[in-house]
Amino acid sequence: MATLKDIQRKIGAVKKTQKITKAMNMVAASKLRGAQEKMEAFRPYANKFAEVLGSLAERIGADEEHLPPLLAPREEIKTVDLLLMTSDRGLCGSFNSNLIAKAEGFLKEKGGEGVETRLICMGRKGRDYFRRRKYNILSDHIGIVGARFGFNVAVTTGQGLIDSFLGGETDEVHMLFSEFVSMARQTPTVQQLLPIAAVEQVEGTQEAEDVGYVPEHICEPPAEELMAELLPKQVYVQVFSGLLETSTSEHAARMAAMDNATSNCKEMITSLTLVYNKARQAAITAELMDIVGGAEALKG
Amino acid sequence: MAGKLMLEVVTPDKSVVSEEAQIVVAPGEYGEFGVLPGHTTFLTTLKTGMLRYNDEGGNERLVFVNGGFAEVMLNTVTVLAESAERRRDIDIERARVAMKRAEERLAEATKREDVDFQRAQAALQRAIARLKVAGTG
Repeated sequence: MATLKDIQRKIGAVKKTQKITKAMNMVAASKLRGAQEKMEAFRPYANKFAEVLGSLAERIGADEEHLPPLLAPREEIKTVDLLLMTSDRGLCGSFNSNLIAKAEGFLKEKGGEGVETRLICMGRKGRDYFRRRKYNILSDHIGIVGARFGFNVAVTTGQGLIDSFLGGETDEVHMLFSEFVSMARQTPTVQQLLPIAAVEQVEGTQEAEDVGYVPEHICEPPAEELMAELLPKQVYVQVFSGLLETSTSEHAARMAAMDNATSNCKEMITSLTLVYNKARQAAITAELMDIVGGAEALKG
Repeated sequence: MAGKLMLEVVTPDKSVVSEEAQIVVAPGEYGEFGVLPGHTTFLTTLKTGMLRYNDEGGNERLVFVNGGFAEVMLNTVTVLAESAERRRDIDIERARVAMKRAEERLAEATKREDVDFQRAQAALQRAIARLKVAGTG
C-alpha cells in the first residue's frame, strides 16, 4: 500500500499539473478572444466582396463556353491538391486528430478513384502525421495557424495554388479547415478552392437586393477583365477565412480541453485526499491498538 | 445635392474609414476619379496610391490604399483593399526601410520577368505611395 508520504507527493504533483492546465486555459481564452475579434473584423470585407463578385458574376452570366480559367472545371481529374490546416501545437483535445482523420478519408477516397493527391500543410501537426506516412507533401507552412498572421499569408498561399492550377500541375484544389461552429463545436470541413465553385453568397448579406432599383455598374476595366482581377482574390478570401476559422477553433478546442483537464485534476485531488485521510486514520487506529494492546498485556 | 456620400474603406483586418464625405477622389485603374453625391454605380480596380476625401467639415483627409477595388453604389463608396492606412497611421520609418530594401533588390535583380523583381517593384510602389500620403516622400 502507498505510504502517507507517497500520497502526499502525488497530491502535490496533481496540484501543479492543475496550475499549468488552468494557466493554459486562460491563455487560450485570451487568444480565442483575439482570434474571434479578427474573424469579426474580417466579416465586413468578406461580405462586401462576396456581394460585389456575386453581382458581377450575375452580370457576366454563365457562358459555359467561355468560362474564365479559374472557374472552368477540368474534364479529367488527374491530380488533386489539398490545403490542410491543422494547429502547430498539441494539447487541444481531438482537434488535430479530427482534422487529420478527415484529411486521410479525403485522400483515400481520391486515391481510390485513381487520382494523384498532393498536400500543402499549414500547421505542424498535420505535416508531421502525413510526412511520417510518406504522403506527397508539396510544401508546409509552420507558425501561422493560431498565431498572428496577416492577409498577405493568404495571398501568397493562394497565389501558389492558383499558379499550380493554371500551370496544369493540378486539376482541383480543396481546402480542409476547422469550421468554428460554436465554442463547443468545431467541424472539419472540406471546401473546394479551385476551380472556383459557383460564386456563392455569404449567408445573411443579400438584403441589399431589396433596396430597390439598382442600376448596372459602369465597370473599369470592362466586366470580364474586372472579373479576372477579382477571382484570385476570392481564393485569398477563402484561404484567409479558413485560417481564421481554424485558429479560432484551435483556441476554443484547447480551452475546452484544458478546462476538462483542470476539472479532472480537481476530481483527482479530491479522491486522493480521501485516500490520504483514510490512510492517516488507519495509521492512528493501528497505533492506538498497539498501545491499548500493550497496556492490556501489562495489566494481565 | 443628391443626399450625402458615405465612404467606407475596409481591409481584411479592420474597417479603416467609415464616415460621411463631401467628395472622394480615388486612384482608379484608368486614372484618378472623383465621386460626388449622386454618382452612378461604378466598379473599378484601384492602383496602389492615395485616396483623398473631404470629410463633413470640409477637411481634406488622405488614405493610403493598396491592392483593392472600389464600388460606388447608392451614395456609398466602398473601397476593399488588401491594406489601407490613414495618413496619421502610416509608419514612415518602416516605409523608408521598405523603400531602401526594395531599391536594393531591384538593383540586384537582372531579369525583368523574375518574380522577385516584380515583388520588389510592387514593394517599392507601396513604399513610395505611403511616403507620398504621409507627405514626406
